[in-house]
Amino acid sequence: MNNVQNKKRANKSLPFFFKDEFKVFFVIIFFSTILLISTFTFDKVPPILNRGIQPATFPKGLLVLIMFLTTIIYYLSFKNPWKKEKKLPKPFFLTILSFVLFVVISKTLDFFLAISVLSIFVSYNWGEKRVFYLLLVGIIFPLVVFIFFEMILGLRFPPGIITNLYYY
Amino acid sequence: MMAPLFSSKLLIVLLFGTLFGLILGVLPGLGPTTGGALILPFTMTLDPLSAIVLLTSIYCAGTYGGAITAVLINTPGTPAAAATCLDGYPLAQKGEAGRALGMATVSSTVGGIFSVIVLVFFAPVLAKLAYEFGQPEYFALAIFGLTMLASIGEGSPVKNLIAGAFGILISTIGKDFMTSIDRFTYGINELSVGIGFIPVVVGLFAISEMLTQSTLLDQVFKRVALKAVKLPSLDDYKKTWKTILRSSGIGSFIGVLPAEGGTVASLIGYSEAKRFSKEPEEFGKGSIEGIVGAEAANNAATGGAMVPTLALGIPGSATTAVILTGLIIHGVRPGPDLFREQPDFLYGIFGAMLIANVLFFIFGFFGAKLFARITLVPNKILWPMIFAVSVCGTYSLSQSIIDVWIMLFFGVLGFFMRRFGFSVVPVIIGLILGELVEGTLRQSLVIFDGNWLMFLTRPIALTFFILSLIALAFPLIRSKKNKK
Repeated sequence: MNNVQNKKRANKSLPFFFKDEFKVFFVIIFFSTILLISTFTFDKVPPILNRGIQPATFPKGLLVLIMFLTTIIYYLSFKNPWKKEKKLPKPFFLTILSFVLFVVISKTLDFFLAISVLSIFVSYNWGEKRVFYLLLVGIIFPLVVFIFFEMILGLRFPPGIITNLYYY
Repeated sequence: MMAPLFSSKLLIVLLFGTLFGLILGVLPGLGPTTGGALILPFTMTLDPLSAIVLLTSIYCAGTYGGAITAVLINTPGTPAAAATCLDGYPLAQKGEAGRALGMATVSSTVGGIFSVIVLVFFAPVLAKLAYEFGQPEYFALAIFGLTMLASIGEGSPVKNLIAGAFGILISTIGKDFMTSIDRFTYGINELSVGIGFIPVVVGLFAISEMLTQSTLLDQVFKRVALKAVKLPSLDDYKKTWKTILRSSGIGSFIGVLPAEGGTVASLIGYSEAKRFSKEPEEFGKGSIEGIVGAEAANNAATGGAMVPTLALGIPGSATTAVILTGLIIHGVRPGPDLFREQPDFLYGIFGAMLIANVLFFIFGFFGAKLFARITLVPNKILWPMIFAVSVCGTYSLSQSIIDVWIMLFFGVLGFFMRRFGFSVVPVIIGLILGELVEGTLRQSLVIFDGNWLMFLTRPIALTFFILSLIALAFPLIRSKKNKK
């Protein structure tokens, strides 16, 4: 209980723009505003063909609702501040980095290679140093999954430097 | 009723689904929703009945499986087993893990079977009622579902509403189904067909959980050894049968309401068990009434949640949203017509759920020790493997690499949503109900010639709107009552 109160106090002492409540409020309002503006660029149905509401009306209503509700949670947070979350550890950022690597490798080199690299990268950074297990998660298991999807579901994976060796 | 199930193929599917569901339930962070979403592409090789039997058996067994880890390592395998930890783990620490698991298994099975009976009798009645529903009634019903989700779901109701509205917003991406006008596509061709359900589910559940696990690497589980198995005695059953039946009723009722079915049901089942108990002071110290109160309720919610899914096409929980997607992918349209045109199909599902409950009873009673060992697989091995399956599964449905990137995006988004107290379940329900909400609203407005007030002239729709208002007011009343 004391711990929670301490955390709440810690959060209260921060300037408002550093608080989680404001960050969440700002991010939602910012993206909702951008999306709301973009709804004004949607094509309109000519009045003679229009039945009911325009295609942009429903998403506009939803975005306004989201912005309204976000303002409410921000207002409520003055009475009940959110507890301060722990700082994110290094493995979290490395896992995010592995996602970026995955996107880059799957786009430029090979889909299967991207899975292998991510699996080894994540497993290693989460503490696995034994080579056999790294090979298991990085090569043997993805290979089994690849063959399974290919054989059972008849799935054709996107072409790449390794996948092409299998297909051609 | 069971006739379609007496084929070796379906029995094998059931057996596999139950075992797979148990494994998913046992592993913290995974669960029937993620598992169902991951296995959905594989169901394409099956006929519709086998596919849905597979998904429903995963649902039933996965919900029970969470209890095993809740009892043995004080970590719920699924959110629905959170209340089971409160008494299951203390009892296991006293050297009575077998008794705790035995009670959890028996109560889960009774709860599950009770809810299937509710499903068999209640779903056709609801389906008949649905014949009276037009577009305005379906719109009001969907709104009611979303407000219930916000109101009795986990966490802040306002945050749940935002998440639900966000889910509906995602469903508007792509070509407008009435006018074919592009919305939020920004010139990206792949977005014209909209955002698929599977990339969002896998992202929000599996990938966001992977990120969560990356923050918990220093966490050490204290495992309770399951050496001397002391099974429940006859006195235990005598002491708890009323609680099991009460929680089964509560779970089935909560399950019917569109919300986080099992999770909410187990919490209510647990608190009601405490309220009615002659020994409420034992709760939290290893009370078997606490275990059965939570477990009977969360498994009873499975059949309950299938009622609106099959009768109305409105999912009662996140996992039934996956099952609903499975039905749609296989060309089965849930709703009243399904009951009239394909009764064999439905009875196949009912029978499968019944058998799945019996199967997990057998596996759970005799194999809990073995299943508990699955948790020994370290996260540093398990999660990269889950990632590989997630990526291939997501890619496989429409063979689009964009789907994989969408999955990763929703994984990161889901992590931050959960970190800041937003449940991801309303996003899923909102996404699956989005087209229904918008479609029925627009068609209703066409019928009403643009006059919104005409909604109030439809008695059923008006009832649902009033219930929605009550659902929205409920958290306010509850918080005021708690303050007093």
